[in-house]
Amino acid sequence: MLRRFTLTAVAAFALTTGQAMAAPTGGEITDFDFSFEGPFGSYDQLQLQRGLQIYTQVCSACHGLDLVAFRTLSDEGGPGLPEEQMRAYAAFYEVYDQSLLEGEGDFRPAGPTDKFPGSNLSSAPDLSLMAKARAGFSGPYGTGISQFVNGMGGAEYIASLMTGYLEEPECALNGGPIDGFYNVAFSVGAYPDSCLDKKGKRTVPGSWIAMSQPLWGDDVEFADGSPTDVESLSEDVAAFLMWTAEPKLDARKQAGLTGVLFLTVLSVLLYLTNKRLWAPHKNKE
Amino acid sequence: MGGIPHDHYEPKSKGEKWLHERLPIVGLLYDTLMIPTPKNLNWMWIWGIVLVFTLVLQIVTGVVLVMHYVPQVDMAFQSVESIMRNVNGGYMIRYFHMNGASLFFLAVYAHIFRSLYYGSYKSPREVTWILGILMYVLMMGTAFMGYVLPWGQMSLHGTAVITGLFGAIPFIGESIQVWLLGTPNGSISQPALNRFFSLHYLLPFILLGLTIVHVWAFHTTGNSNPTGVEVRRDSKEVAQKDTLPFWPYFVIKDLFALAVILALFVAVVGFMPNYLGHPDNYIPANPLVTPAAIVPEWYFLPFYAILRAFDQEVWLVIAVNWLTFGIIDAKFFGVLAMFGSIAVLALAPWLDTSTVRSGRYRPMFKWWFWLFVVNFIMLTWVGARPAEGIYPYIALLGATYWFTYFLVILPLLGVIEKPATPPATIEDDFNAHYAPKSDGDKPAANPAE
Repeated sequence: MLRRFTLTAVAAFALTTGQAMAAPTGGEITDFDFSFEGPFGSYDQLQLQRGLQIYTQVCSACHGLDLVAFRTLSDEGGPGLPEEQMRAYAAFYEVYDQSLLEGEGDFRPAGPTDKFPGSNLSSAPDLSLMAKARAGFSGPYGTGISQFVNGMGGAEYIASLMTGYLEEPECALNGGPIDGFYNVAFSVGAYPDSCLDKKGKRTVPGSWIAMSQPLWGDDVEFADGSPTDVESLSEDVAAFLMWTAEPKLDARKQAGLTGVLFLTVLSVLLYLTNKRLWAPHKNKE
Repeated sequence: MGGIPHDHYEPKSKGEKWLHERLPIVGLLYDTLMIPTPKNLNWMWIWGIVLVFTLVLQIVTGVVLVMHYVPQVDMAFQSVESIMRNVNGGYMIRYFHMNGASLFFLAVYAHIFRSLYYGSYKSPREVTWILGILMYVLMMGTAFMGYVLPWGQMSLHGTAVITGLFGAIPFIGESIQVWLLGTPNGSISQPALNRFFSLHYLLPFILLGLTIVHVWAFHTTGNSNPTGVEVRRDSKEVAQKDTLPFWPYFVIKDLFALAVILALFVAVVGFMPNYLGHPDNYIPANPLVTPAAIVPEWYFLPFYAILRAFDQEVWLVIAVNWLTFGIIDAKFFGVLAMFGSIAVLALAPWLDTSTVRSGRYRPMFKWWFWLFVVNFIMLTWVGARPAEGIYPYIALLGATYWFTYFLVILPLLGVIEKPATPPATIEDDFNAHYAPKSDGDKPAANPAE
């Protein structure tokens, strides 16, 4: 263990001396229009509810949400489930409780204060913060301008990943077999040498991801008859995961708006005060 | 305090006199607040107040965050997320603190560049300048250690890189690294988190103390100003032609500027709080997985670029390596360059040989200065790019200019440049900007008096 610690540190340090490991060339991220983009954007409650349903019926088979408490499903600015519905939903899950059976511990149905179970699979990362942990594309040339102008973030990444399963490019067929599935949005997976050009540059976007395509269209059925094509489902689940990562987004933007308005008024008043104060000395009286 | 002649506090009532004889604290505050300030200060002289405000903001939000934070490797990440999700208003407190660091550095860079342009660092203000550089270094240490506390991927692997820098020092480097981390072999765990947490809480208060000394220093010499011409000190009456008291003239002016800056700051916090951060720090720290690219926060990038600029293919590095029998290798050279880049900044008062203080009257200096600013921005940008392709060359170019600016251009310009003549007095400069006075138009009485 210690040795691997050291190796990591050495590998990290190697970066600083110019022997950088190849940086990911970045997958293809599509710019989706989400309701929560921009200073005035907020979550679409119905979309979050649809996303919760997709998470429950598809993602939760492998993934977990171990930072999200069930009670928050009823919070303002979230999916906004009525309390009984939230309690009933929580009871579908089983959590381990150390206090049961006189300290021996046992499973019991989850309650509002419990969190979603985490994942038992080491290959399936927790999704709670995924939308904030995968917002790392900041083009062009690292300036972050397109991220700023288009409001692109981790939700775009997730939706692009869901819709990014394309047929394997031809260059991959020539090489040996590769573990995983080709995805144009996923940039940090396996990549066949046969798809590199002579300079070692990648010729096709994306890479190979271990997760098989999770959404195919019509994976779930919505009570209100909302569309269930792959793109719509991807957007819904991405919006839901944005909420799990940033549950206070609506309240935060509201506070920001109030703050900016207050400070703008204060600035104007201070400007006028300052002008008046200095006028006699600037010979403007 | 010495310096510019002005009115001092006179205790009037019996109670005031009683206190003043025992502790002249009201007098000290009065003299500080009513300090004569050059009346021609422009808008680049507002950053000091912004910095003081930001320091207080960071301390206040930080103290609240500590009430909920758990400095334990298995709980630190979760406790920060708990602040974001469960503490009342916790997401705002944490985002203010997180982005407060960016505001802090934005302001300090503006403050430093103002000093560089107007020659504020020159005699007799060298001590103010040195204190300022010391505070800047402390700020960097504090910000770095604060970034470690959420115990995300960048926290951990950033620590590996930064402490690895000390490890690159020949002979004693390894011992220093162990001393910094509290564990051998460059492993980063509980002891490192504990000491970083402790220091992250301590250093801001040292910064606060140094702030007071910094203010004391320039209140002794008087503020610099855009002309670089000193306030006339023959008598109180003459000094008053060049100055106005800090309260209310500069307090209100600074508060106006602060309100505008805070409006922008609150917009960033409210609408895009993670724009300046690195997404990998939302992944819990895992020593077994190294992020694809380790990038420090934006305010460290110029120095990170200088660190990486000198790889083993640069002829200077090869030469030094050969001359020192391999003791100074590329790694250590990079470390020396990074610390050296701050050292030459600290030495600016002695490297700048020009007799004219302000860049406003230095026709050649202006160009080199603005090139230095552009270079700084370029280094910031290239510091975040992968060290491959053309980027290492750009970084090397930028690093070279940094050192050339301080070690060659500043000393040389004082000799070859023919500066313009600054105005004789601050009053002349002020009046040149605002229509000339008629004789009878005396400044109005100070409303605060």
